[in-house]
This record gives sequence, structure tokens and C-alpha cells, in this order.
Amino acid sequence: MTPVLLWGLKAALFLLAIAMLCALFRLLAGPSAQDRVMALDCLYINGMLMMLVLGIVYASNVYFEAAMLVALFGFVSSTAIAKFLLRGEVIE
Amino acid sequence: MPEFVAVPLPLWAEIVTAVFAVVGAAFAAIGSFGLVRMPTFFRRIHTPTLGATAGVWCMTLATIVYFSMQGANLFLHAVLITLFIALTAPVTTIFLMRAALFRERQKDGDVPQAHPGDELGLDGEGRPRQPPQRGTSVPTPD
Repeated sequence: MTPVLLWGLKAALFLLAIAMLCALFRLLAGPSAQDRVMALDCLYINGMLMMLVLGIVYASNVYFEAAMLVALFGFVSSTAIAKFLLRGEVIE
Repeated sequence: MPEFVAVPLPLWAEIVTAVFAVVGAAFAAIGSFGLVRMPTFFRRIHTPTLGATAGVWCMTLATIVYFSMQGANLFLHAVLITLFIALTAPVTTIFLMRAALFRERQKDGDVPQAHPGDELGLDGEGRPRQPPQRGTSVPTPD
């Protein structure tokens, strides 16, 4: 791995860590419940992107399965909490 | 970082991968920084979509370039993730917007009132609308 790719991936991981910190700030400090759900949504997308970068770093295909699972469960949980905020019931 | 890489790539492939990875991560960082910067929920809901669209697409292109050069055939697993995100992110956003509108109306917040009979499930006064009885006509918004 040449320094171009190595430092590019390091910079990408650094930027994604900053993004996750921003989302974490809104998750902890958000004034309302929907702010926190939105921050969680943003946080799992950033984590999924970080897993894609780690897949390139370790040259491994396993991280795609993990990223797919993170995307799947993140969508289900965000939608379930949003539905709960909307109606007070997840499944009516 | 570990040193093992299966196949050393040509330089142009590494440059393309690095550029796409950095650009995608920068999109995600800008979108997430909007969460900190924007003042209200209805402004904040716009910003993470930058990371969910452009960020995910750039990162997918980076992985496609890298793993296609590694394995000498087209690697399209990451497109599945991108298509899934492209399908599900708007659904989550719409649910969150409806929930936020509902809660703001219940708190008498500064949001527009619902039309009578619209699909948000509220009547004109912001109360949850009763389901229509069978055989009666539902009033339509003008």
C-alpha cells in the first residue's frame, strides 16, 4: 500500500471520526427526542461508511457483510423509534 | 495499520480510491457538522442527507475501484448497500418529519396547521383525527 492510499484512508477515517463526534454531540445534547433519533440515524450511516473504509484498509470482504447489517438494523431501529414518536405505538 | 495487501495495485487505482474515500468522508463530515450548526430541527433534518447520498456513493465507488483491481473482476457488493441506503433513508426522514410535525403541533409550536383530513392523522386543531366511520365520506383537502 503506497503512502497515497495509506494517508488517504487515514484522512478518511479521521473525517468520519469527526462526523461521528458531531452526530454524538447532537445525540447527547439534542433538545427533543426527534433530534436524538435523527442523530442516531446519522451516526449509524457514518459508522457504516467507516466500516467500508476499514474494509479497504484490511483488504477484507467481511466488512461488507457487517456494513450491510449495520445499514439494515439502523433503518429498522430508526423507523421503529420514529413510528413510536408519531403514534405512541410501534405496530398498531 | 497492517501491511498485508493481496495484490499491489497500480498507482492510478490507489489515487482514485484515496480521492473517492476522502471526498466521501468529507461529505459525511460536512453533513454531520450541519447537525451541530443548524439551529432548529427542521433545518437540521436536511443536512445528514448529504452523507447518506453523496458520501455513500463516493465510498461505494472507492470500494468498487479497489476491490475490482484486487480481484480482477467487477466487485459490486457495495452497490447493494448503496441501493439499500438510497431506498431507506427517505423513509426514515419522512417518518421523522411526520413525528416532529405531530409533536410540535401537540406543543402548539410554530408549524403550519394540518388540513382537515390530510394524511398526517390530525384534524384542523392539531388533535389526532378519529378514523372515519364506514360508509361516510372522508373530507378531502382543498
